[in-house]
This record gives sequence, C-alpha cells and structure tokens, in this order.
Amino acid sequence: MTKKSPIKTFVGELPRNIFSGFVVSLVALPLGLGLALASGAPPISGIIAAIVGGLVCTILGGSNVTITGPGNGLVVVILSAITILGDGNMYEGYLYTLAAIIISGALMFILGVLRLGSLSNFFPSSAIQGMLAAIGIGILAKQIHVMLGNLKATGSILELLYFIPADLLIFIKTADKSVFYAGSVGIISLLIMVFYSKIRNKYFQLVPAPMWIVLVSIGMYYYFEMFSTETYPITDQYMINLPEKIFGEFPQPNFTKIFSYEFLSAVIAITLIASIESLLSIKAVDKLDPEKRRSNVNKDIRSLGIATVISGFLGGLNVVTVIARSSVNINNRGSNRSANFFHALFLVAFIVLFAGELRHIPLSALAAILVYTGYKLASPENIKKTFQVGSEQLIIFLVTLIITVLTNLISGILIGIFTTFIIHIIINKNMSLFIRNLLKPNVLMFEEDEKYFVSVDNFSSFLNYSKLKSKLDQIPETEDVIIDFSMCDFVDHTVMENIHSYSESFKRKGGHFEVIGLDGYKSGSTHPFALRKFVIGKPKEKNITLTKRQKSLYKISEELHWDYNSIYKKEIKELPNFGYFKTRQITKISNALSNEQCTLFDIEFSEGELIAKQNVKASMLYIELKNLIPQFTLDKEGIFEYIIHFAGFKDIDIDEHPDFSKRFYLSGKNEEKIREFFSDELILFFESNKYYHIESNEKGLLILGNERLAGVKEIKALADFGLRLKQHIS
Amino acid sequence: MKVLSCTFFIIKNSHLQSIKKILVGIAFSPNLKPNIFEAVRLANMFEAQLVGVHVGEKTVKKEQQLSQLISEAPILKLPVKTVWQKGKPVDIILKTSVEENIDLLILGALQQENLYKYYVGSVARELTRKANCSVLLLIKPSIERVKCNHIVVNGLKDKKTIETIQASFLVSKALACKRITIVEEISQKEIEVKVSDDHSLRKATIEKEKLKRREDSRVHKILETIDTKGVSIKIQSIFGKRGYSIGHYAKVKRADLLVMNAPSKTTILDRIFPHDIEYILTELPTDVLIVK
Repeated sequence: MTKKSPIKTFVGELPRNIFSGFVVSLVALPLGLGLALASGAPPISGIIAAIVGGLVCTILGGSNVTITGPGNGLVVVILSAITILGDGNMYEGYLYTLAAIIISGALMFILGVLRLGSLSNFFPSSAIQGMLAAIGIGILAKQIHVMLGNLKATGSILELLYFIPADLLIFIKTADKSVFYAGSVGIISLLIMVFYSKIRNKYFQLVPAPMWIVLVSIGMYYYFEMFSTETYPITDQYMINLPEKIFGEFPQPNFTKIFSYEFLSAVIAITLIASIESLLSIKAVDKLDPEKRRSNVNKDIRSLGIATVISGFLGGLNVVTVIARSSVNINNRGSNRSANFFHALFLVAFIVLFAGELRHIPLSALAAILVYTGYKLASPENIKKTFQVGSEQLIIFLVTLIITVLTNLISGILIGIFTTFIIHIIINKNMSLFIRNLLKPNVLMFEEDEKYFVSVDNFSSFLNYSKLKSKLDQIPETEDVIIDFSMCDFVDHTVMENIHSYSESFKRKGGHFEVIGLDGYKSGSTHPFALRKFVIGKPKEKNITLTKRQKSLYKISEELHWDYNSIYKKEIKELPNFGYFKTRQITKISNALSNEQCTLFDIEFSEGELIAKQNVKASMLYIELKNLIPQFTLDKEGIFEYIIHFAGFKDIDIDEHPDFSKRFYLSGKNEEKIREFFSDELILFFESNKYYHIESNEKGLLILGNERLAGVKEIKALADFGLRLKQHIS
Repeated sequence: MKVLSCTFFIIKNSHLQSIKKILVGIAFSPNLKPNIFEAVRLANMFEAQLVGVHVGEKTVKKEQQLSQLISEAPILKLPVKTVWQKGKPVDIILKTSVEENIDLLILGALQQENLYKYYVGSVARELTRKANCSVLLLIKPSIERVKCNHIVVNGLKDKKTIETIQASFLVSKALACKRITIVEEISQKEIEVKVSDDHSLRKATIEKEKLKRREDSRVHKILETIDTKGVSIKIQSIFGKRGYSIGHYAKVKRADLLVMNAPSKTTILDRIFPHDIEYILTELPTDVLIVK
C-alpha cells in the first residue's frame, strides 16, 4: 500500500466529514440551547460556544475527532455563578459570569502552556465519578421542574428534589392549559430520549433523538397554526427566547467584581470543571478513534482556552470537549477535525435560516433532553459499577456526591480526595508509607532485550500516578512493555483503571502491555480495577482474586492441557537439589502450570540470612526426566552469576562447535559424559534458541530466564522451549 | 582531545589508584562483629591496612573485646591500628582520616524496623557528605563472606565519572567480581521533544536513540583506558532522575555493590529537595561505594 498524500486524504475524506458535521450539528443545536437555558444564560450563548469552539479548535486543536462546545458538567457551576454574582438579577449575573468565563479560558490556556494537562491525574477516579454524579443530580433536579412546566422552581438541589412529587401533582391537576401542554411536550420528549435507542428503525435513527424532539415540537406548533381551529396552547413565556438580531449585538462582559471572593471561586470552579470534563472526554474519545491516534492534550487545552476567551467576549459559554457529541461524530465516520468545523458552520446556517422556527421550541422540550443527560450522569448503573470495584470506592463516591450536592463542587472534590487518602491509610494501616514516599520519584523505566521494563517502588496511587504516567506515555504503543509492581506495597483503583486503559491501547496498536508482581496481593473485590495491597505471609484464599496475569496463565494451561494452580500446595522435591538452590531458601511456590513431567511456576526464595536476607521472586520451569543424564549447567558466556556453585569446574569447550563454545558456558563434573551428551543435534538446538540458564541434576532440568517474574509472553516462550528441549533429550 | 583527557585523568586519578588504608568506626553495638569481619576481609582483599577508630573512652574491657573479635576474624595481612579518642564522632573520624591518609571509609547502614529497607544514619550521612576519601556504605555486613557478583556503576556525564568507573574495576578485581553494569542516567530534560502525540513521540524516540548512542560512545571511550579483561560489561542507559534511577535499577537487578560519584556540594536545600546521592542515602538499595 502506498501512502497517500495528506492533502489527498483530506479532500477524499471531506464528504464524510461534512456529513458527520451535519449530524453532530443536529445534536448540538438542541443541546446547546438546552445547556445554556439550564445554566441560566440566554439560550443563544450555548450555540455561540459551539460555533466558536468548532471554528477555533479545528484550527488550533490537538485532537482529531473530538467535538467542542458547551459542556454538561458546567451547567451547575455556571448556574450558581450567575445566581450568586447577579444577586437576584439573572441578566446582570450573566454579564459577570461572562467575565469569569473569559478569565477561566485564559487560565486554561496557561494550564496548556505549562503542560499541566495531566492535572486531572491527581484526582481519584471514584471521586471524579461522584462529582459527575452530583452534577447529574443537580441538572436533573432543576430541569425536571422545567420539563413539567414549572419555570419558577428555585432552591437548593435537595429542596428541588423534594418538590418533584408536588410538581407532578400540580402538572396533573392544573387548569392552566399552557402548563399542561408544556408539561406534556416535556414528558413526550423525555420518552423520545429514553426509547430512542430501543427503536431499531433505519430511517428513524437517521435523525438523532434531540433533533426529533425539536422536529416534533416545531411540528406541533405548525399543526395548531395551520390545521387546528384552536390557537397554540403554550404561551410565549414557555417558549425559547432568541434575540431578534442574533449576530448583531453582543453583551458586554462585566469585570467589576473581578476581585470579589464569589467571582474568584466561580472562576476556579469553572476552570476546574472545564478542564476535567475536557480531559476526560479527550481520553475517552482517543479510545474510540478508529485510526488510533493519540491526541495532543496540552495543545487541545490551549485551544479550548483561546476558544473560551473568544466565546466569552461574544456572550457565549465555556468551550469544552464533549464526549456525547464526539461519539456521534465517530459513529458517523468523522475522521478529522474538519467535522468539528462543519458542525459549527451548520449551526450558523441553522440559526440564520431557521431562527423563526427555533422560537417555537418549548422550554420543556429542551429541559427533557437535559433531564435525560442528568440521569445518565447520575444513573444507578454508575453506583453499581463503583460498588463492584470495592466497597471503599463506594464510600469515596458517595462522600464526594453528598458533599457536592450539599455544598459546592470544589468542596466536594477536595473532600473526595481527602477521603480517598484517609481510606488508603486505613487500608494499609500505615501513614508513613505515603508521607515518606510521596515526593520521591518511584518509577524506573529502561529498555532491555528490546522490551521496556517499568518498575514501580513504594506505593502507586492517585497521589503519584502522574510520575508513572509520564514514563508510560513515552513508550510507543507498538512495543512490548512489562510493568512490575512487585516492589510496590499498594496500588490503588485509579492506577489499576488507568493501567487497564494503557493495556487496551497497546493491544489496539499492536504492542503488548503486561502487569506483573501483583499476584497474591490482597484485593477488595473480584473486579479487575480493584485496589491491590501487599500482605506479608500467605493471604487467606478467599481474599485473593486472580490478576489478569493469573487469568492468562490459566488460559495458557488450557491451551497446553496442563493443570493450573494459583496456590501450589505440592512440593517439588527435587528443587533443593539443584545447585541454584544450594544457597537459596525456597519460601513459596505459586502459579504453577503442570503436567506429569513439567512444572512451570513462580517461586519466592530468599538469599542470605537474617539481616542480609533478600526476598526474590522469579519464574522457572522444572522438567522431570525419565532417563538419567549427566549433571551440568549451561549459560550464556559472560554471565557468571549463576555458576558460583560449580566453582572449580571449567568451561567445557566442544571443539567441533567453536561458535557454541564461544557463546555458551558449559560446566559440570563429568566432562566426558557431558561431551557425549551434547550431540550435534542438541547443540544446534541451543544455538538456534533463546538463551536460558539450564541446569541438570541428573534426574531433572531446571530452566530459567531472568531472575524475575516472567510476563505471560515469556511464560509461553519458556514452556515452548522446555517442551522442545525435552523432546530432544528423550 | 584524547591527549588532553589522558593527562587530565592522570592528575585526577592520583587518588584512587589503589586502596592502602581503610578506616572503620568501632561502636560497641550488636553489629560490631559483622562490621569487624567485613572490614578485615576488605582490608585483606585490597591488601590494605585497617585503622579502627573508637570514639569514646578506652577501657580494658573494650580493648579485650576488640582483640578477641580480631583474633576470631580471618588473619590480617597487615597489622591493625586502633585509635581511641573522645569527642564528637564526626569530627574525630574526619580528623583521623586526614591524619592517617585514609583511602576508604567503611560505614554501616541502619535498617528500618521490620522492613528490608536500609537508610544511612545521621552520623554516617554527615561523614558521607564531608569525608575527603571514598566511602563504602554497607547495608548488611555479615560474618560469613557473601560473594559480590554484580557491580553497578554510574556512567553519567560528569568529570568524576572516569575515576568512578576506574574505581569500580579496581574493586571488582579485588573482590573477584566478574560482572559490571555501567548505568548512564540521562536526564529527561536532555530530550528536547516533549511527547504529546504520535508525531512527537516518534521524534522523541529517535532523539532518545541518538542520545543513547552518544552516551554509549562516551562510556566506551572511558573503557578504552581501563583493563577490562575477565569482566563482563553491560552498558545500560536510563532516562530518568539522576541518582534515583541508578539506585532503583541496582535494586531491580539485585546488584551487590553500587559505585557512584561523590556529590559536588550539598547545601541544606539538597536535603529538602533531594537529588543525586541524597536519594540513595534515604534508602540504600544495596552496598554503596562513593568514590572521591
């Protein structure tokens, strides 16, 4: 295949990006209007954010298939900023908030310049989930009233939730036709949102659900207008309000409160949520990208910052990367940033051409879209998922959620982080592990044998995850990576989850990413993302869940028709008789793959005594032989480490094979028999295979690669080598 | 250039050509016996004279205990010299090391309770920073000899590195160690391309490869000046924090001895924001030789 020139590819893909941009704009139009309304800002401000985002981020952005515009997460913070800063006057509040938005955009730009895109790595996953759920509840609590035709509901989130049943009664009993019809449109719209994905009709699915709602409500208006004798029952106050000259007059942001406490905390909250939402979305969208490209996160953050500043000056909301619209883009085969650009252009066209029609959308219809979005963020499904990871994660999730609902986002996330930290201390019953090692670098990465080896020391949690991440990000995803946690006493859920997504992206791009050293660690649940903690001595069986490595070992055992035991209770009697174990004390054997003659296992042994004691974990293969063979050790020439026990024995050179003699160090007691045993065939076998340390004690063979735990790939290679060697010998 | 570097090395290296005098501090603690045994063995391996310094009062009982221990230990090739003096331990040991023209100072590390983690106590730390001679920090002195199989030595770009690598070969010869790994720690900052997407990642990977080759050839040049016969040498480059990565590497590879450059200078700030040698001092991965 020849590589097409980028311009040709771009032009070739233009039609599908235009189409995708069009479909996205169908979603973005109602969502933009709705999000702005829910934020307490004029509806057009959401569309402005989407247009500016689409135009600016296409040119300056660093990702490929993301769509930018107003975000769900910001609804709650912007609403509270407008309410607090406006002091009762929503329009005044909106002008103050525009100033806050502009400054938050500038802050985001600075974050991008300082390459602090990794900031969100410092937040524990469950706390972020809790915060998002709280945002969802906030949106739902407010919008459900609007959906039912009550525009006047105000109060805290809890009060709003409390009034929902009462509002339902009012809706049913109301004599006001306007309220009843508005509420009905709202409920029908919600039903469209809920059942949209369940109706599997090709033509129905052509138009996205939010656009159906727009079409249905506009259709209803024209039905009353043209066919019905009755007048349209919903009065103007329940309808969306768009300015007459949409692109003519822009509001003036008001910077006069810039140094007040309320203003500053609004800026911080807006920046925080905008960057977290964007980063999470960029990360998630990268996983969906069919072309498997890696986004330039910091460049994206910079472009979002610039777009937000511009949008703010034009009266628009923050520009963030949004996951739902981005997935619509990917589903419609959008392939580069031009889709985002066309989505903006179509929005401009809609506003210019159909402003009149858009004015006939009832607020309750848009509120229904938001109720659904809010429910998605806070769905019980998420709580269940968190609980599956571990009960401690549920505590973190709920604490963050409750504090956020009761107070505000910043307190919520801070207390969430604090709770996570306290829980980690309680689980480990050890504070100094964290305090002492917090600022130390704890990750080592080096390349060896064409493999990347990453070793993590002390502990690995959200507190120091960015150190691990910065190393992992430097590895091309087409390479082989082994990440070793065996020196780590504690690995938390945030790290486990991120490690999992790394392993996914390596898999997608043809590399291999493997985690070792966690087998036998205690975990809170059977979930693969559950935190893992090192325990001294043998843990109780019920507390152990198989790690991914152990599950893969089990799979290998099935392929080979061998047995697999994660905890190996049998003793391999011959092991201590090998020279290798003369000075080493075996403490534990685990993860054994075995058939009648071969056993492949992880072994823990100690070297030295008392204070000099060192615990070592390694993977080895033991083969029992039927016939006696001479005693020998075979090693790569130059590695003198293993053969200390045979000191005094010389390197046996086999004259007919000078190359073999040069590359291998062969030694043993009975030189004559060894020469006899090493037939031409056997020598050829060793020459043409990977180096292993091989030791014979007459009755059996011990084979090992590196003195460390082997990855799944290495285990497979070792088993294969052993089996073939056995065939050669017997 | 070559001539220049050679003369340079002769001047610099007049210091640690050989180890003729070894100083060991004598504290009457439970660890005294392994400490003495270890020091005696080292003195014999280097064919050096052992100088024992005790900071405190000289009593008959202590003297007896010490001579008893030395008689139990392997026979010394050169007679031991003992110095008894009262005062501040750090001052006296430093003073003695200058007066006696000591080449190597042996210090024991402490172990964290219940953990296989070792750190350097406050006295030893101060000595390490201030000593004029090379310092050997032992994490696990033992009565029986534990063979040294693998030495890891730093190969970072520093004017002291030549001397350090030479010292590591000197030690390997004395200890009959056949395997040396030279670790080049390359600072992350040297890579000018920041990884942020696929394109920059490719660039950064290529640049790393270049840096690696540059460092390798630098180390090879140093090796040309050293007799490396009978030793298997590996050169490993690591991109990471200086002083930290090599310690972690030595731990992962379970090296028996780590040989490092002496720090240039340390201020109070270095202890708060540790770097280079300070990482090693807070947690010793293995025995450490600091070459001065």
